[in-house]
Formats: sequence, structure tokens, C-alpha cells
Amino acid sequence: MSTAVLTFTDRGIYCPDGGFYIDPWRPVARALITHGHSDHARPGHGTYLATHQALPVIRHRLGTIDIHGIAYGEARRIGDVMVSFHPAGHVPGSAQIRVERRGEVWVVSGDYKVEDDGLSEAFAPQRCHSFITECTFGLPLFQWEPQPSIAAQIASWWAEAQTQGCTPILAAYGLGKAQRLISMLPPLGPILTHGAVEETTRILRDQGYPIPTTTRVTAQITAKTHPGALVIAPPSALGSPWAARFGPTVEAFASGWMALRGIRRRRGLGQGFTISDHADWPGLNAAIKETGATRIFATHGYTTPFRRWLEEQGYEAGIVSTDYGGDEVETPTPVLEEDHSSP
Amino acid sequence: MKDFATLFNALDATTKTGEKTLALADYFRTAPKADRVWTIALLSGRRPKRAVTSTELRLWAAEAAGIPLWLFEESYAVAGDLAETIARLLPFGATGAGQSMDTTLRQLIALTGRPETERRAYVLDAWASLGPDARFLFNKLITGGFRMGVSQGLMTRALAQATGVEETTLAHRLMGEWDPATTSFEQLTQEGGGDVGARPYPFALASPMDEDPQTLGPVQEWLAEWKWDGIRGQLIARPGAFALWSRGEELITDRFPEFAPLADFLPPGTVIDGEIVAWGGADPLPFAHLQKRIGRKTVPKKLLAEAPALILAYDLLESDGTDLRAQPLSERRARLERLVNALPDGLALRLSPRAEAMDWSGLAALRQEARARQAEGLMLKRLSSPYHIGRRRGDWWKWKLDPYSVDAVMIYAQAGHGRRANLFTDFTFAVRDGNDLVPFAKAYSGLTDAEFAQITAWVQKNTLERFGPVRRVPPTLVFELAFEGIQESPRHKSGIALRFPRMLRWRQDKSADEIDTIDTLRALLRQPPGALPPDPQDI
Repeated sequence: MSTAVLTFTDRGIYCPDGGFYIDPWRPVARALITHGHSDHARPGHGTYLATHQALPVIRHRLGTIDIHGIAYGEARRIGDVMVSFHPAGHVPGSAQIRVERRGEVWVVSGDYKVEDDGLSEAFAPQRCHSFITECTFGLPLFQWEPQPSIAAQIASWWAEAQTQGCTPILAAYGLGKAQRLISMLPPLGPILTHGAVEETTRILRDQGYPIPTTTRVTAQITAKTHPGALVIAPPSALGSPWAARFGPTVEAFASGWMALRGIRRRRGLGQGFTISDHADWPGLNAAIKETGATRIFATHGYTTPFRRWLEEQGYEAGIVSTDYGGDEVETPTPVLEEDHSSP
Repeated sequence: MKDFATLFNALDATTKTGEKTLALADYFRTAPKADRVWTIALLSGRRPKRAVTSTELRLWAAEAAGIPLWLFEESYAVAGDLAETIARLLPFGATGAGQSMDTTLRQLIALTGRPETERRAYVLDAWASLGPDARFLFNKLITGGFRMGVSQGLMTRALAQATGVEETTLAHRLMGEWDPATTSFEQLTQEGGGDVGARPYPFALASPMDEDPQTLGPVQEWLAEWKWDGIRGQLIARPGAFALWSRGEELITDRFPEFAPLADFLPPGTVIDGEIVAWGGADPLPFAHLQKRIGRKTVPKKLLAEAPALILAYDLLESDGTDLRAQPLSERRARLERLVNALPDGLALRLSPRAEAMDWSGLAALRQEARARQAEGLMLKRLSSPYHIGRRRGDWWKWKLDPYSVDAVMIYAQAGHGRRANLFTDFTFAVRDGNDLVPFAKAYSGLTDAEFAQITAWVQKNTLERFGPVRRVPPTLVFELAFEGIQESPRHKSGIALRFPRMLRWRQDKSADEIDTIDTLRALLRQPPGALPPDPQDI
């Protein structure tokens, strides 16, 4: 009886026959990385492998590392297994990682969402025997409205701010969410970006992702120089001295956690837009079904109830405890900084 | 329900009272008049009887969402709000804004007592037709749990702005019992909705005294009296009306049959502000005795004998049908004393005695006797002051004793609700009993949001066992709990029950070895009357 294709260690998900780890949280010799968020792409590994599309951001964040690119769908032999990367729809460049050993297929979802956001490579379901799925929003409470509907809500909030003469500041994670917002909103006025957001935006734009022009907020920029503008900034910028330059402002946060009124109120936010780069409850269930897998491992989210739910649906289900996002699972408070991008 | 949804979102979006007042005043000017009356009723705690129980809502919602009940409960534990849980987990898609509040509430009231199939069909229909936000408000109208951070005072101010009626007049008009289903907006704001005969005055409230009372000036300008730990009440004896109101504007006349004879002896047109206490013959009994009477619509004879109620009168608000509230307290108190002294013996009404001393230090010494007298401390009222509406700083102070305190360890944690949803805020505490830990109190207030967030992260990492929403954690985190009183209680495992336990501070400097023992608490029970609170350095 041979070992499983993928095993779960205290460094991360490990493939014994391939000699590599997937998104490990402690230093390892060989790491396969699903995407550039800092809880998945960590410093200190010997060599890295990620999609070509994910490389620039990872390089920018981790500095000089030994990193290699792979195309979506390209099959590569590593040790005794075949490995390929497939779109996860989470952020531009993000991937699910498929590992095949003598016909037995395992897929690690990484973070994913099933809705096509028009910017990230759209989620591509992979048939497999065992599926390791995130479940950040693995409760039926979490359902997302379609992107155009959220875009319309944000646009009307922006337009209202223009009428009131205040500057709208929209908080969003710097990698993925910010660019998604920038590209999905109608051009009601200029879009100003906080430095942390602009860095990543510029890198992705240079890669060829269709992201409209934005202006980085510098010392000279105020509400007067850019009337009617929308500001996109990381969550930490809300209510900070940095935001004071815009005079009267209205603030909102764009995150899946905004589905919960308690969290919105705790953050003192009048306005929250429920938009996430993770799959919602219907999305998780649909994605799992499409894999055709009979064995599901839940990780990274509401794992306990999600596993029980899966078992009741007839799956063989387990929980993998991982270090992604720390406690983001159940403590949305710390999680709000899902993407710990450098300032 | 569009106006109400707009109002709700505006109130929900801000914590500033100025903005809330503006939003409310705007609503009271523009919303359909029938809806305004319901809003006033809801914001002043007059919720209609529930047509549907929350158990039914849970079952129907789980069924409509196609999920097992346990998963509904898991979701509820995360959202921390039933109305919101249901609104979010039913399928999205519909966009209906719903009917007017008046229509919806009348339909709900009409459903009360109807067969389950009929009520279920109505609720499921509504859920299927409403968008998530409207669905949330619809659920809130059923559950009645509106917490919008709007005090009665704030609402009255907004209503005054919208109607031009003076605030104090309005406050009085909104008091008492009136039915939003049969009261028009004009009736309510121009005449007062309820039965004038039984309508109470708004209660005057005190602010906590946290400075040295020396700053209040000469002691002779103040009336000091015991701050009783009972139920604040207003007794009304007018021609054709006899009523007892609690501070929460609940009519509690029938719960205290002891007071009925007063109807025959009080001069017509008398309104008295006082404290309802359980009477032990010479002093009030601990609050626990009165507690047995609360929530009972009728009182068994045995309880009447064990815990006879009595009103300790503080103030006279109306005499011979004349509103005395603008008179100075010295005058009102003098008339109250004449009135009470003229009553025959044996009635369940007494003067609340003055606590008299030559100077502030004398009063301070007297205050230390409060616990022995079953009081919480002293009240200080300026003799020249009128009877204010609500809490107005400066004339009325509550000068309470420092609480008891005990160091205890957290053993269970549960997530809170509303603003604290998804944060572990409700804790169960234990003290040591030999080698064991014995749970003795629950508390959920007293820490900052930052501390709760930190503890939440800890609970998640250190959960030993889950019982639904409750987590068992290792006995590690030590807290100093404060409480106002302690009682023997055979119903509790520890044998004691605390009054108003809350967290004073998180003792990160202490380990579980250093917590107090059950014997320390039991010793408090046995304290002779007049004993000082333990260990003053700890307080």
C-alpha cells in the first residue's frame, strides 16, 4: 500500500512522490505556489514554481528568489507525478494545482471563485478523485450577488458622493480585489489609488491585464485636483491621516465579510459592498460537484460544519488544518487584511 | 417599506446622534403617517405580539433554503442575528421591496393565532418575493428585535423637530399604553395616544457620581436618600384610574395586588415616584426575592406572603390633579411627606427615608452602610431642582458603593450577537473549589473591542470542545469580575448567584493558580450586615 498522492504535514501539503510542497507556510526545498497572496506565497523556500502570470507579483513581493514559470494547462513531470496548473479565478495568475500519479488525480484548489470577474483567468473545474478545497465562506449565509449588480451599487454610491461633494474611499485588498474593482466600475470620474494598490495594479497592467488608467495618490493630489474621483486604498488607510487630504469623505469596504452586518458595524462602516474573490456557498458546492471527486478535504474556512455538510451529501470528507490566513476562517476581524501586501 | 428601509440604513450607517436625529426627523416628516406611528411604537418598545415564533422561523427557513437545521444554527451562530441569517441564506433573486409597514404589521397581527399552515404560507410567500434587505426588515418586524441605537429621548427630539411640538410635551404624550393599530399620528402627537387617566410622566434619571461630592457645594442644598435595589415605579391614582408603571413603561398594576388598597386612600389626582421592593419588615429584602415576582402576571399566595411588595416613595409628581414637576424638589418632598404621613398604617407605601448628615464626610460614612440596608448606595438630588425628563446631568446623582470583585478563570466562551456577532464575548467563569473549578457566573461586558478580538483569536486556537455555539477552553485566561451583590442559590451548581456580574479587567498578569476560591465567595454570603466590601485595595 503506497502513501497518498498528497499528505498533510506541519509545513504544508506535501507530495512524497514528487518531493514538493504546495503553498507551504514553513521553508521547504521545493514549493509550488497557487497565487501571490502572502499567506500562500511565503519567503524562504529553495525554489518556487507558479504560473507565468503569477510570477511578476510574487517576485515583487518576495524579492530575489529562485522562481520558475509554468503555463496554464502545461503538464510537467516532477519526480514520479505529473503536475499541472489550472485557472482558479481567484486573482489574476491564480491556479489550482493538479497532481496525477498513475491515473489517480488530486487537485488542490488554492483560493478560488467560480464567477468570471472579467480580469482573472476564469475558474476551470478539474475532474479528480480527491479535491482539497478552501471554504473561507463555507456557510449558506454567504451568497454573492452577480458582479454587475455590485458594480451598479458601488457606482451609485460613487455618484451620490459626487453630488454631496465628498470623496468616496473604497477599501479593498491590494492584489486582486482592487484591480477587479477598477476594471468593473463605469468611468464616472478619475480613479485614484493608494501606493500599495498602485504598485500591484501597475505590475498587472504591464503584464497586459486590461486595467483602466489610475492615478497614484501623491503629496500633490487632493480632492480639488481630481474632483469627482474615487479613491481605492487598502483597508488600513480608512480613517487614517493619509485619507485626511481628501477633506469630507465617505468610506466603504469591499469584501465578502460585508455580508455580515455585525462585522460592518464593528468596523464602524456605514457602507459595505459584499464582493469576494472566494467562492460563495452555492459556488463551493457547484465546484465540488463538478470535480466528480468522491473524497473532499476542507481547509481554510468554516471547515467543521462544511465537512459535516459534505458527509451528509455522501462525500468522504476530511479537514486539513492549514496556516493560510491565520484565523481568517472564523475571525473576520483579522482576516479583513486577507492580502498582507507591503505598504 | 421603502421609507423605513431608508431610515433603517441611515440609522445603521452612523453612530453620531446628530445624524440619527436628522434621519429620524426626515422620516417623521415624509413617511406615510400610519407607518410613522408604528415606527414610534417600535422605537419605544411597543412591539406587537409575535405571530410566528423564532423556532418556526428557523424551521421554515432551513426548509426553504434546503439545508439541515444544524447548518442553519451554525450560520445563525456566525451571523448572530436571526433576521439577518434568514435574509441571507434563502435564495437570492427576488427584488421586491415589500408592502408598507402599516400593511405588513396589520397582516402579521391578523395572523396571530391562525393555523400553522396559514402563517407558514404567508411568511414563505413574503420571503420568496422580497430582496435580501427587505427580507431582513420583514423578519425584524416579526421578531421585533430592532436595535437601532435610538433612545427614546433621541426619537422624541426628532419627532419634536418634525412636528414642532415641544419635546417635553411630546415625551409625556408618548407615555403609557396606546395601540399603534388604532392611534393616528395626529392623535398621538397632538393629544397623546393613551388613556390620559393612567398616563405616566417620563421618569427622571440620575447620572453616576464619579467625582468627590464635595464638588456639589453645601450638603444642605441636597437631599440624600438610599438608592434601593428594586423596581423603579410610578404609581398613579386619578379619578377612574389606578395604575402602576415600571420604568420600562410597562403596566404592572396587576402583578402587585398589595397596592390595590392604595386606590381607596390616596387623594384623587396623585402621582408618586418610588421604588418597589420586597419588604422584610424593617428593611427591603435582597432583590432576588423581588425577582420571583417579576414576569408573573398573577402571584400565588405563598409568594405574596414570602415576598410582600412595598413602595418606598421618593417624589410627588402630581397632587390634586396638578402637575408638580416644575416645583422645586424641597416643595415636592414636603408635600409627599405630608401626604404619606396622613395615610393610615398598614398600607404598602412608605416614605423612602432621607439619609441625613451634617457634611459630605458624614454622608460618605453613611453610604458605607448601604449594603447592610440592602441599598446600592446613595442618591443625591438638588433640593431646588425640578423633576426632569430623562437623564439631565447636574441635579440628580447616583453615588453607588464600589462593587465587590473576584478573580476568576474563563472556562466557556460563546459568540455575541448584533454588533458583536462572530466575536467571542459571552464567557462563563469559574473559581477554585479544592482541586476543581466550579462555574459561578457569566459575564459579557466590560472589555474593549480590541480585547474581545484578541480573546476571540485565542478561543479559536484553544477550543477543546464545541457544544453548538459554546466553546470549552482551557482554564487559562483570568479576569477580575465585579458584581453588586451575592445571594445563595440552590439552582446554581456553585450554590450562589451574583447580581450584575461584569468584567472589570482582563488580568493578563495573573495565572489560573491565582484565582479566588468558592470559599472567598461564600464568605461574602456570611458577612454580617454592615460589613465593608472586601479588600478595598482590590477595588
